[in-house]
Amino acid sequence: MVMAISVSDLSVARGGIKVLEGISFTLASGQALVLRGPNGIGKTTLLRTIAGLQPPISGKVEATPESIVYAGHTDGLKATLSVLENLNFWAQVFGNKDISGAMKQYELTTLADRPAGALSAGQKRRLGLARLLVTGRLVWVLDEPTVSLDRDAVAMFAGAVRAHLGQGGSALMATHIDLGLDEAAILDVAPYRAKAPEPDDFDGVFL
Amino acid sequence: MNSIWEYANPKKFIQTTDKVLPWVSILSCVALVVGLIWGFFFTPDDYRQGSTVKIIYLHVPSALMAINAWMMMLVASLIWIVRRHHVSALAARAAAPVGMIMTVIALLTGAIWGQPMWGTWWAWDPRLTSFLILFLFYLGYIALWAAIENDDTAADLTSVLCLVGSVFAVLSRYAVNFWNQGLHQGASLSLDKEENVADVFYHPLLVCIAGFVLLFIALVLLRTRTEIRARRMRALLARERMG
Amino acid sequence: MIALLVRDLKLAMRAGGGFGLGLAFFLIVVTLVPFGVGPKSSLLAAIAPGILWLGALLACLLSLDRIFALDWEDGSLDLLATAPLPMEAIVSVKALAHWATTGLPLVVAAPIFGLLLNLPVEGYKPLILSLILGTPALSVIGTFGAALTVGLKRGGLLLSLLVLPLYVPTLIFGAEMARRGVAGLDNTTPMLMLAGITCGTIALLPFASAAALRVNLR
Repeated sequence: MVMAISVSDLSVARGGIKVLEGISFTLASGQALVLRGPNGIGKTTLLRTIAGLQPPISGKVEATPESIVYAGHTDGLKATLSVLENLNFWAQVFGNKDISGAMKQYELTTLADRPAGALSAGQKRRLGLARLLVTGRLVWVLDEPTVSLDRDAVAMFAGAVRAHLGQGGSALMATHIDLGLDEAAILDVAPYRAKAPEPDDFDGVFL
Repeated sequence: MNSIWEYANPKKFIQTTDKVLPWVSILSCVALVVGLIWGFFFTPDDYRQGSTVKIIYLHVPSALMAINAWMMMLVASLIWIVRRHHVSALAARAAAPVGMIMTVIALLTGAIWGQPMWGTWWAWDPRLTSFLILFLFYLGYIALWAAIENDDTAADLTSVLCLVGSVFAVLSRYAVNFWNQGLHQGASLSLDKEENVADVFYHPLLVCIAGFVLLFIALVLLRTRTEIRARRMRALLARERMG
Repeated sequence: MIALLVRDLKLAMRAGGGFGLGLAFFLIVVTLVPFGVGPKSSLLAAIAPGILWLGALLACLLSLDRIFALDWEDGSLDLLATAPLPMEAIVSVKALAHWATTGLPLVVAAPIFGLLLNLPVEGYKPLILSLILGTPALSVIGTFGAALTVGLKRGGLLLSLLVLPLYVPTLIFGAEMARRGVAGLDNTTPMLMLAGITCGTIALLPFASAAALRVNLR
């Protein structure tokens, strides 16, 4: 089994304050891992750290270079560009050409020429998720991917994830919705909540 | 662990400055009092400039410190970028307002001196203009520190700004020199003081410069201590929230 | 990279993109100056190079906070940062797009505005040449300022405060080059200095901007 991401003893901070510590897990290709945990525990911070957007406080994230694609709370869509233009742009950035598969998977074909600003919240999210398919990257790191999706769209998404896993990809996501992905492992991050540092430890980090 | 970086530890820094700060403060007071009294009351009037020349004892040291403070901030920023010592970043932050005030003092005393000498409070002389630009750089630097909530982010961004700003400050200095020699070659107002200052003026001036250097060090140490404590307070509050 | 450039240009052209705003602002500045200093044509001719340079600088400043702020808000910047483009390239392309949508139109429009300010005939060539050489530096320096302030809620005013002192050398050499050209003097030195500043900023500043952007994305 090929390793996609390996996280060892990772600590992450939000706004200069350590929120999670000592997290270790591995994700192999063809696997999905769902992060659970109460609001504010640091799931987003963890995902951003794994995606390389911020440095960890300690510990390591190992992954094949340029294999991760990240999708956050926002979809990175431009309101004045059409659905097609938005998707084409991201395909070009990642060096791909064919976007028809992604359009079909999320049933965007009929909306192709609509400006992204005129889409409903759920349609926007579908477009944002379609972006993952056109990047051609193997490891999906997703933060609340199903927000504002209806039941059909969630099924669409679950289908896309399943197909992605079948092609040797993997997915790491923070979500509260049951996707019906039986093969997905679940990791509850609540036990990794960072403990308050010792009061005597008044050194580099002022604590 | 006998390296200079030992003092980059906040705790060690506070302990050391506890001992050093009173001495530096006293020395700076002594040097300033001696230098200023000597300069103001025990030197003869200049045969051309009369008694107005005595403002030199404030003007020259403050102008020197205005530039040196920026240099110190540059070095501290580099140390922060390379070695990530928090005290270094906070020292740069602490030095900025002091340097800015030095710039203001230099500009104000310059204007007060310039009025009787040149008949004008302000002239777009290269030197004056460069100091005005330096003042703007200080303003931007301090504003950026103040605008960013996260301390480490602020330290990183202001360090980058300080680096880039230093290059542009030097560029501006040359540009301004070039600019005023440009088309309108009016009366050159720049006074090259160091060269034509006689020994009688020179010695008290040196004492005053020493006093200003010590004053600067004392103020920066004091302000760095304040910054460290403020930072510690925020860290403790954050820890409390984590509970 | 080309895709990013094309997208940015497209966005600027579409509704609400702000293309042409800088130009309109430039026109307004040029229109207001004679109201402020009086309509005497000899005076206007004397200050025309300086006014045109200042107008270009302010028009450029006006659109700086759009460089990253919009991409920051809708999350594109996060996604671009994880895309297979180096951050330095993203920053450079952004600066290029900014120049193409503000600097370049200003250069093209400058002769018309020069006409309004009684710029002498022999002044057009040096003025336009100085703007062509200088405006890229304005965009690149502005991109650096935008990268520093991208995460801030009310970064606009701070952005001006940070960027304007950095514009001093460019403005001095640019305006000096135009002014000497108008006066029929040799302007090789300011021209070389201006070209040097532009080349230097294009070569080096993207690294600083990229570093600032990475810090802001954390």
